[in-house]
Amino acid sequence: MYRYDEFDEHFVRERVAQFADQVSRRLDGSLTEDEFKPLRLKNGVYLQLHAYMLRIAVPYGTLNSRQLRRLALIGEKYDRGYGHFTTRQNLQFNWPKLRDIPEILGLLADVEMHCIQTSGNCIRNVTADHFAGVAQDEIEDPRPTAELIRQWSSAHPEFSYLPRKFKIAVTGAEADRAVIKAHDIGLRLRRHPDTHETCYEVSVGGGLGRTPMIGKVVRDYLPKKDLLAYLEAIMRVYNLEGRRDNKYKARVKILVHEIGAEEFARRVEAEFAQLDGPSINADPEEVARIAAYFAPPAYETLPAVSNTLEAAKASNPAFARWVEVNTAPHKVPGYTALTISLKPIGQAPGDASSEQMRVVADLAQRYSFDELRVTHAQNLVLPHVRQRDLFAIWQKLGEAGLAEANIGLVTDIIACPGLDYCALATARSIPIAQAIQQRFANEARQREIGPLGIKISGCINACGHHHVGHIGILGLEKRGIESYQITLGGDATENAAIGEILGPGLAAEDVPDAIERIVAVYLAERAEGESFIDNVRRIGLAPFKAAFQETTRAAA
Amino acid sequence: MPLLDRNGARADGWTRSEGAAIDNIPAAIVPWEFLAEALDRQVPGQSIGVLIPNNLPTAELAPFLPRLALVAIAFPAYSDGRGFSQARQIRRVGFAGELRASGPLIADQFAYALSCGFDTVELPEASAARQPVEQWLRARASFSRTYQRGYGTPERNILDRRRAARTDAAATSAATP
Amino acid sequence: MAAAAKRVPLPAILLANDLLDGDVVFATAGAAGTLVWTRDPAQALVANDDAAADGLEAFAAAGLRGNTVVDAYLVDVAIEGGHPVPRHFRERFKTLGPSNRPDLGKQAGEGIASAPKG
Repeated sequence: MYRYDEFDEHFVRERVAQFADQVSRRLDGSLTEDEFKPLRLKNGVYLQLHAYMLRIAVPYGTLNSRQLRRLALIGEKYDRGYGHFTTRQNLQFNWPKLRDIPEILGLLADVEMHCIQTSGNCIRNVTADHFAGVAQDEIEDPRPTAELIRQWSSAHPEFSYLPRKFKIAVTGAEADRAVIKAHDIGLRLRRHPDTHETCYEVSVGGGLGRTPMIGKVVRDYLPKKDLLAYLEAIMRVYNLEGRRDNKYKARVKILVHEIGAEEFARRVEAEFAQLDGPSINADPEEVARIAAYFAPPAYETLPAVSNTLEAAKASNPAFARWVEVNTAPHKVPGYTALTISLKPIGQAPGDASSEQMRVVADLAQRYSFDELRVTHAQNLVLPHVRQRDLFAIWQKLGEAGLAEANIGLVTDIIACPGLDYCALATARSIPIAQAIQQRFANEARQREIGPLGIKISGCINACGHHHVGHIGILGLEKRGIESYQITLGGDATENAAIGEILGPGLAAEDVPDAIERIVAVYLAERAEGESFIDNVRRIGLAPFKAAFQETTRAAA
Repeated sequence: MPLLDRNGARADGWTRSEGAAIDNIPAAIVPWEFLAEALDRQVPGQSIGVLIPNNLPTAELAPFLPRLALVAIAFPAYSDGRGFSQARQIRRVGFAGELRASGPLIADQFAYALSCGFDTVELPEASAARQPVEQWLRARASFSRTYQRGYGTPERNILDRRRAARTDAAATSAATP
Repeated sequence: MAAAAKRVPLPAILLANDLLDGDVVFATAGAAGTLVWTRDPAQALVANDDAAADGLEAFAAAGLRGNTVVDAYLVDVAIEGGHPVPRHFRERFKTLGPSNRPDLGKQAGEGIASAPKG
């Protein structure tokens, strides 16, 4: 993984000093709260319901064991012994004190971490495929691109006061595990059919929130060397022309929608044509310097199938089920990419205690070349595990309460913190996730249902990605009580789609029944081997709507 | 209104005119909508600048630039960053006069403004009163080196410094067989 | 100046977040008719009439100006068991803590045992 050089190190230290200075200017009245707020947000500091919140950047979701141990320490020393992994691959602490934050930033800088641009109207922490570098369907590793963008976007002089937040995601694989179509810019590495060079397909104007949109392709094949100049052109068009009259119309998706993707692309190309690429882009040696950090680790030569693993599976059915559900194919024989579920039944999705972080850090150090990943689905990944080590890992995870076998299943729910923590939320998310998990806790039943993504947001801002959930749940306030709107048919992958609303909002206690009825329709109607989302696509919404209406009637 | 350049407080030699009547003003800043008329009235030795709104496409301003000694870009709020992009575009077409950011900026934007091509920042009294000049100078120096090429000098750019270091290393290894 | 925002129905209490700590704090009666901030919602001073609400709003403005608190606003309450309870569920959570973690926040007594802060 990437390591800071002296320049990166110095930059982050200067950022820490700058934030400490900003805090002292807030306290002495030089800065008003209105002026300070965007400054603290650009450093990941929110004021939530009960306390401040600190969002720490995990660039493209990559961590080493030392970093995760440092997060565990910060959680214990300055927070309440736990943290929350988010849908943007970051980590949030829910209880830090403003007075302690400069010190926390110093501790993060010690392990090459920061909170730069994890909030605010600027280019946010860039995200990527959590199986980067190990996925079998990968054309090229997206992390060097993501790191280049991380550096280029940090404290950008021109693009730090944008109309609204700006999110970039990168994937280099055929399957989209980074939800690139729901980002302001989505980059997909692909080969040019004639030259066979790797290029970027550039999508712009995706985003969830109040007006969900799927990104539109504005460039089919952008040469890799032109990346930063092309991004500069997009950002300049957006900075100049994005709407600033209405917060809910300020994202680039609205500009793209209002003028059309073709006209937007035309304006970007016109600006791009004015730019002197060589004076803006990173030179090839710099790109190579960054890419070298992501060279594959020293894998052993192993047989494709581990007899040790097969024997352990044969003698332990629970372990076999966990392996089947939580591992993904690896490009190197004998290895696997292991996803550790942060969705034990009844826990807050994405939460991990400091003790659990240490357990995972130890496992990463011992079994995964000291590397781990955070997924946008709020789980953790050990990307390079020898198949024969899986049993030992499973046992250790079990002791820490982290051996849930539910990746991609109905209880692997994405949920934002909701009104239990968030000042913007209109309703709670976590208790809804917990209730659904309890309802579907039976492992055999979960496997019988198969892949099914439920995503819950506690407000229209859609941090829980509900629009792209196979089943989406949006918490709202209706006449003084929490009310939940259910959508169906969303998809976060390369077949990205926005779900459609099934009917009127439900009370919290009726949500598990509604999910149950939707699942029952699928189980009754599915063809052999047909997944939930494929079934919804084939038979349409009508049978699900009819079943949903029974829930509303039963509740009335 | 208080004026700052990269070295601190600075006297303002310019006078704002409400309209095109600039007859006795040696250096006059006129609003964009009166610019054409003011230029018609320009007398020898008289300097003219313009205050543009931040939604003006810079292509519309470009034909006038050769006759202007100053362009002031209005910042209606510190949070509205359009002026940074306008400044870049105005510099790109070769404008070498004074570029001024006019509005309630905050000290933390000073380095950004200078990097985007501004020479001066003109503040409302209330902003200047709360944020003394020393804060602006300290904020200006917050980052000794930054990542974006083409904003400021190569000396202060991290990518250019890395490149220079590579070149030096290559030269050294070539010199020592 | 814009017209003053419509005041919430009375009775009401004043809550805010402490600028340095972020904790939720409530205006309560101090010595000799003054107001001070407390972390204990049960001690929040209840304004039953406009004069009392004016007093809370003036205290909020002073706290914001003096850079001791942020996000100060009045919250309408019902009196339950002799204590003010916000009528809206959002503010009820602010007086309690996260509903999924009864071990944390004011519902677990955090910060409440300490003396009122002036």
